[in-house]
Amino acid sequence: MASLNSYLFVSGLLFIIGLSGVVMRRNIIVVFMCLELMLSAANLTLVAFSRFNGTGGLPDYSAQMLVFFVITVAAAEVAVGLAIIVALYRARQTIHTDELTALKD
Amino acid sequence: MLPWLLLLLPLCSAAVNQLYLKRNAFLASMLSVASVVVTLIVSFLLLGKTDGGPSYSWISIGDFQLPIQLKLDALSTGMMIVVTGIGALVHIFSLAYMAEDGAKARFFTCLSLFMFSMTGIVLAGNFIMTFIFWELVGLSSYLLIGHWYEKDSAADAANKAFMVNRVGDFGFLIGILLTFGLTGTFVFDDMKVGLNNFAALHPDLVGGLLAAAILCVFCGAVGKSAQMPLHVWLPDAMEGPTPVSALIHAATMVAAGVYMLFRVQLSLGAEAFEGVAGNAIAWVGGFTSLCAALMATQQNDIKRVLAYSTLSQLGYMVMAVGLGGAEAGMFHLFTHAWFKALLFLGSGAVIYACHHEQDIWKMGGLIKKMPITTLTFAIGTAALIAVPFVTSGFYSKEEILATAYAKNKILFGIAVFVAFLTTFYMTRAFVVAFLGKPRDHGSDHAHEVGPLMLAPLCLLALMAIGSSWLTKPLSAVDPRLIHHAEEHAEGHLLILGLSAAALVLGLLAGFLLYRGKDKDPIDLPLLQNRFYIDVVYEKGVVKLLQDGLAALIHFLDVWVINGLLVGGSARLSQSFGNLFRRAQAGNLQGYAFLLGIGVVLVIYFTTFWN
Amino acid sequence: MPLLLFWIFAILMLLGGLAVVVLPNPVASALSMVVSFVGLAGLFVGLNAFFVGVMQILVYAGAIMVLFLFIIMLLDLKTEEKRTPKLVPVIGGLGIVLAFTIQLLGVLGSTPDKAAEPLDLTAASVAMAETSPGISAKLAAGHLPDVNLVGQVAFTSYNLPLQIVGVLLLVATVGVVVLSKRQTT
Repeated sequence: MASLNSYLFVSGLLFIIGLSGVVMRRNIIVVFMCLELMLSAANLTLVAFSRFNGTGGLPDYSAQMLVFFVITVAAAEVAVGLAIIVALYRARQTIHTDELTALKD
Repeated sequence: MLPWLLLLLPLCSAAVNQLYLKRNAFLASMLSVASVVVTLIVSFLLLGKTDGGPSYSWISIGDFQLPIQLKLDALSTGMMIVVTGIGALVHIFSLAYMAEDGAKARFFTCLSLFMFSMTGIVLAGNFIMTFIFWELVGLSSYLLIGHWYEKDSAADAANKAFMVNRVGDFGFLIGILLTFGLTGTFVFDDMKVGLNNFAALHPDLVGGLLAAAILCVFCGAVGKSAQMPLHVWLPDAMEGPTPVSALIHAATMVAAGVYMLFRVQLSLGAEAFEGVAGNAIAWVGGFTSLCAALMATQQNDIKRVLAYSTLSQLGYMVMAVGLGGAEAGMFHLFTHAWFKALLFLGSGAVIYACHHEQDIWKMGGLIKKMPITTLTFAIGTAALIAVPFVTSGFYSKEEILATAYAKNKILFGIAVFVAFLTTFYMTRAFVVAFLGKPRDHGSDHAHEVGPLMLAPLCLLALMAIGSSWLTKPLSAVDPRLIHHAEEHAEGHLLILGLSAAALVLGLLAGFLLYRGKDKDPIDLPLLQNRFYIDVVYEKGVVKLLQDGLAALIHFLDVWVINGLLVGGSARLSQSFGNLFRRAQAGNLQGYAFLLGIGVVLVIYFTTFWN
Repeated sequence: MPLLLFWIFAILMLLGGLAVVVLPNPVASALSMVVSFVGLAGLFVGLNAFFVGVMQILVYAGAIMVLFLFIIMLLDLKTEEKRTPKLVPVIGGLGIVLAFTIQLLGVLGSTPDKAAEPLDLTAASVAMAETSPGISAKLAAGHLPDVNLVGQVAFTSYNLPLQIVGVLLLVATVGVVVLSKRQTT
């Protein structure tokens, strides 16, 4: 079985991939997907620590509960975020971040 | 708790007036009068008491303790009678004098504030409290001189008084700290012990340091009691309302310097004043009294005549303190307060009746128009020129002359000459202003003032005659205040004769020169212009210092502050703004990128930093 | 063998993630995301977190991916693909990738590695014999009743947060309805 650092390394790489997507992509839906990737990377870290820092012969289920919560919140976030994107598209006819510059005003 | 009442009542009155009664001048004035009358009663109740009530710890650092405490002894209770007594009469007088003033509420607020501060000086149990209240009387004096601040002259006079006092207070503060260094305490009661300890440790140092400390403390008195060369603010302070002049600039505040010197003398012991320090003080006092009396002979403004006379009398007191006869100085302070307040209030009544005319050459013939005022003014004049045996001024002046005779014959000569000058200029003022015929329609239409003004005048006139007898019960309490005319009995007759001669000569000269004249027969520009001291200050000190400083500050302001600091920082932030404006493009990815950079930096600093 | 599986799933996951970022078509990105999450679920299972792995598949591949696809189709975003990526964001993104990678390697290189200890089911069974005999029995039989254990923790230690998360989902549902409603004005 792989060691803890391999898991952390893989999860870190996934996180970096997600972050680079957030920075580089202009399609806001893809940006959103990349955010999901980053959340999942965090989840992987949590589960890895859960397994490697187990107590009493079992994994630490508190960490898995946290993963559970993250997944739930992420689902809610996706639902609301996509609804916002739909509303945004209706208002602006675009989902490109470089055309959505209302923040500077 | 009774002594604290003295302090808290005027403070509460001032606070309530300022906070709640700004728009209600009548209530404000009534509150102030009520508070001062109650404090007068309390002062009488406290006569002869020595229990200062509870003291509160204020600062406590290691061994160093600074309590807030009140000190009651014969000196402070006697002084409280003067302060609250004259204060009460002046308050009542002001009710009439300031009746039509637009800012009556403010006036009475300031008066209450002054009463609070003055009470604080008198009752202060340590030097720090004295200094705090010392500054507070300076503030209230500033506010009251500048009461009619719309007038430029009043505003300038207020500023002048404040700034000149700063010079003195600077020395005073140094003096306080030097005293602390010598005695290790600020508390008056413990000073003697501390000084003795220091003297035992450093017998070679103590003399010089003590003289320096006393002279520095004396600087404060020079400022507050308007001695040469810081006397210039007092005549200008006459721009304030006349009751203020009577209360602050004749009877109480200017006497605070003398009071404080006496307090220090009691605390450090009279021996401390022997030698250089005492001599310097005495000579400053004598010189001031001479110069001020000379200047007074050529003034035409009735209040200025009285102001210079106050200077001269304060010079007497300071001289007495310097010569080691502080009892005589305090005695003169006590009597002088009453009759000088009387004279000022009398002049206030005259000014009020003559429609705010202050030039004695535009008055005249007032004896027929305002007989009672004239009578009280005459009594005040008599007390000031020390008419023998019937007036209080005679006894106290006699004390000072006797002290001077015993200690320093030259100063004695000066004092006798000043007595002559005093008689001369007061006779002049009286003859010109009250006798003869009216010279102006203001004095022509003058009529007697109302009872609210006359009552304080009459009471003060009574005190002008009787205060020397009133002092005797006071002095019985404290042996240090006892008359000791018998000690220098050998010169007694000589002194009496000389002062009587000065009186007669002065009266004769005044009457003969000024009877029936319509303008001044003597014309001495040197004296009219007050020895050009003000001019020297204005041209020399103020101009040079001020212009030099102004140029320097202008340079700093324009180049350093404006150019470098303000303009520089503005340009800096502008360029930074230009830099960061690019970041604020509203570009989501730009923000995400910056966030990423931030995270990288956070990780760097949390895990990789050293 | 587990190590081989680990690398297979890890590479699957990373390639999927990379495809999300690189592929220009959003539909392709969404499908790559599913691939990535399948790999992730495999890693979860390899870590004995069966429940979380199943959840990952169900929620992400089943629900979220469908939602993404639905929105992409709804908005009909074909024109975007023609755009060439801008240079500056790409450089910035690569810079951040580089910095993070260096830091990641630095952190991992400086921390001691740790191998997984095998699960000790008998000990856990003994420990839980009193409190939860059902789980204890399954543990004694040599199975890891993952769902039971998660459920036990969820409804005992984390009961209140669980309810709150339920409310959160309800709020999100209501919010989505409000947001998606066409404004009548």
